[in-house]
Amino acid sequence: MTSATFRHTVWILRGNPVTAVAAAGAFILCVLAIIGPSIVPYDPIASDVPNALQPPSAKYWAGTDQLGRDVFSRLVVAARLDLAIAASAVTLSFALGAVIGSLCGYIGGRLDRYVGRFVDVLMAFPLFVLAMAMVAALGNRVENIVIATAIINLPFYIRFARAEVNVRRNAGWVEAARACGDSHLSVVLRFLLPNVLPAMAVQVSLNLGWAILNAAGLSFIGLGVSAPTPEWGIMVAEGARFISTGKWWLVAFPGLALMLTVLCFNLLGDGLRDILDPRMRT
Amino acid sequence: MNAFASPGETPLLAIDDLHVTFSTRRGLVEAVCGVSLQVAAGETLGIVGESGSGKSVTAFAVTRLLDASGRIAAGKVRFKGQDITSASSKQLRSLHGAAISMIFQNPRGALNPIRTVALQIADAVGAHERISASEGRARALDLLKAVLIRDPEKRLDAYPHELSGGMCQRIMIAMAIASRPALLIADEPTTGLDVTTQKTVMDLLARITAERGMAMILITHDLGLAARYCDRVAVMQHGKVVEEAEPRSLFRAPRHDYTKRLVAASPTATSKIADLAPSSLREGASDEAIQEGGANPSGLLRSARNDGEVKPAPGTPLLLEVQSLVKRYDGGVVAVNDVSFAIRQGESLGLVGESGSGKSTISRLVCRLIDASEGEILFDGQPIGQQAARDFHKSPLRKDIQIVFQDPTDSLNPRFNAFDCIAHPLRRLLAMKDGAALSERVRECAARAGLPAELLERFPHQLSGGQKARVGIARAIACRPRLLVLDEPTAALDVSVQAVILQLLDSLRREDGMALLFVSHDLNVVRMMCDRTVVLQNGAIVEQGESLALFRAPQAPYTRQLLDAVLHLDGPGQRDAVVAGS
Repeated sequence: MTSATFRHTVWILRGNPVTAVAAAGAFILCVLAIIGPSIVPYDPIASDVPNALQPPSAKYWAGTDQLGRDVFSRLVVAARLDLAIAASAVTLSFALGAVIGSLCGYIGGRLDRYVGRFVDVLMAFPLFVLAMAMVAALGNRVENIVIATAIINLPFYIRFARAEVNVRRNAGWVEAARACGDSHLSVVLRFLLPNVLPAMAVQVSLNLGWAILNAAGLSFIGLGVSAPTPEWGIMVAEGARFISTGKWWLVAFPGLALMLTVLCFNLLGDGLRDILDPRMRT
Repeated sequence: MNAFASPGETPLLAIDDLHVTFSTRRGLVEAVCGVSLQVAAGETLGIVGESGSGKSVTAFAVTRLLDASGRIAAGKVRFKGQDITSASSKQLRSLHGAAISMIFQNPRGALNPIRTVALQIADAVGAHERISASEGRARALDLLKAVLIRDPEKRLDAYPHELSGGMCQRIMIAMAIASRPALLIADEPTTGLDVTTQKTVMDLLARITAERGMAMILITHDLGLAARYCDRVAVMQHGKVVEEAEPRSLFRAPRHDYTKRLVAASPTATSKIADLAPSSLREGASDEAIQEGGANPSGLLRSARNDGEVKPAPGTPLLLEVQSLVKRYDGGVVAVNDVSFAIRQGESLGLVGESGSGKSTISRLVCRLIDASEGEILFDGQPIGQQAARDFHKSPLRKDIQIVFQDPTDSLNPRFNAFDCIAHPLRRLLAMKDGAALSERVRECAARAGLPAELLERFPHQLSGGQKARVGIARAIACRPRLLVLDEPTAALDVSVQAVILQLLDSLRREDGMALLFVSHDLNVVRMMCDRTVVLQNGAIVEQGESLALFRAPQAPYTRQLLDAVLHLDGPGQRDAVVAGS
């Protein structure tokens, strides 16, 4: 990072402290996802029936569930799985979408029309239902959740990359690259793609939150990760049965974890947009 | 003509010690620092200066249309004796249009794309008086007649995208004069228009202001325009007025150093490359363009002063031969129609024409960036037109034909620094690996293009326009091409920067024996730079020949029309002749 970019980042963050908070939150989440399982106070899977359904206390920070497992420990351990699913799904759709979209935007013509209509068809489905169908058909496994989430995100990346490349494909520096001996393919991959990546990074951050919700949603309805693996969606689903008896902590804490995570990534995306937008650099 | 308002009389507009500041991240920046100007009723005042001189900001401050971050820090603007610096927004609304109106650059952008011409003009009228729809239409028709639009009845229901740039500017003028203002402020009204269109639009403005007794402030970077159409001209630099006088005396005998440099840098019908930035004016000059002078200005000057003709001997073999070139686009548009010309080794050929003449298309055809529909291109005797543009990057001739693009900002990859931009063709075309040899060659090219080595680490957004132009030139000459295509290389630059860049290109040609294909709309520049000139209109060649002969005695009527539209700093007639003649 050059010093000018650093100064610019500091300037944006000073005017927009929410982004700094969101960045800190996202950082803490990532750290928890990595070291979480080794620092939690209780085993997230072993049941301890005598201590079932304890409300939050100094001993159990977020209470215990129907099998006596510590909710806080399960929340922390679940962060790894949820973030991993979201991150790999988003990376997959980002990589594929950026390349396909850039080629469509640069080449245009028939390829663009066919891919465009395919994307339209994909987007005409209710996306969550589509993901459900894919997981149901492919089998109830983590990698299938990743694939399903990646596919339903793909149209957004294709469209985004296509639009960004399309406005740049007639730029002078693209012609200049061709005069300097680059083929069309190398212009797309080595010139246009790097120029649209910053804008797409914003999309990635916004999308991460959405992908986490999607993974949790699939688990909530029983597709995807299954019990007893700690996962926020399953924890909400299991806790929902006890909400009528006043055991609010079973639902509230996983819900809160989901909400804060999604909020963090969305706010971070907005902040990234300001940092990466060259028009803001005056 | 009341060139200077007499002391007793109140001028129409009096700007008194105006200071305008903008709040930016680096604190307050003063864009206008103590400007005092007066405009008498019926007078035309020109404000000339280069980009960043504060000329537009002054106009925006007068009409109180400054950006939110800009503020009048001190000074007074009086209109008919009334202070308008502190007028309320209600007072301003009645002032705008009715008393002072403005014409902007880029007329198409200033018109609402989804409303017809009649409705937009009626809106301008209706802002100040209550009129019915049919009255509005009638008034719009009258105004269209006043701005001399062909077929005014038909144009009433046209949308802006159906009109040419010149017509859009006429409509802007019609809207500006709708409420008979006493003062018209025209901010670069003809930038982006062709020379012949520029002439008709400016003649119209001069005629309308004279007929209606309107005063006008003409803001422009073009000294020729100011010389021809203004009663008085103020030259601005760094937010200050450095000199103010009648155009004839100002441009014949400029007193301030900056005006001298500006006058020298403006190409005229007789100037030579070496005159554009004479050494007497370079020394001690603090102007940015001169600071940009680069790594080796003295060497550059030496070659620029060497004014002997470098015309290739008659027996020199042809380098490029273009035979009956045709370019048709989908939908039947013929951009280039049966064009043939040839360039000898080391010769420079000018390609002039207005927008739509096909000159940019030809430059891309010659560079093999696009494919021709018909015709053949021979480079050094070898046919290169048959190899598809898609595969031409593999051709061994790719490095021999290079191009410098029009907009220096647009032609540099924002994610490459200057070093990588210049190194790119070396890596791709000469397969040079990173290392001492590569960085040596990049430094050498940068020095040839007058780009200081310490700027090589910078990214395009950290460079000025002239510096970016130099990066583009260094990149184009990196592989030692035999033909350099220049597509309006200075159109986006200030005149003083243009002067230095033209000198640079001329000296590169003399020293390396490169052939140049110089594409431009500026006839004065082409006359100086090129041995021979090709005049294009609507994709076809109208006339071609030796530059000097062609400009002295043009054969085709179109060439004559182009030459007539060229503005001269001290041409006879001036504004009175324009008005009297119309």
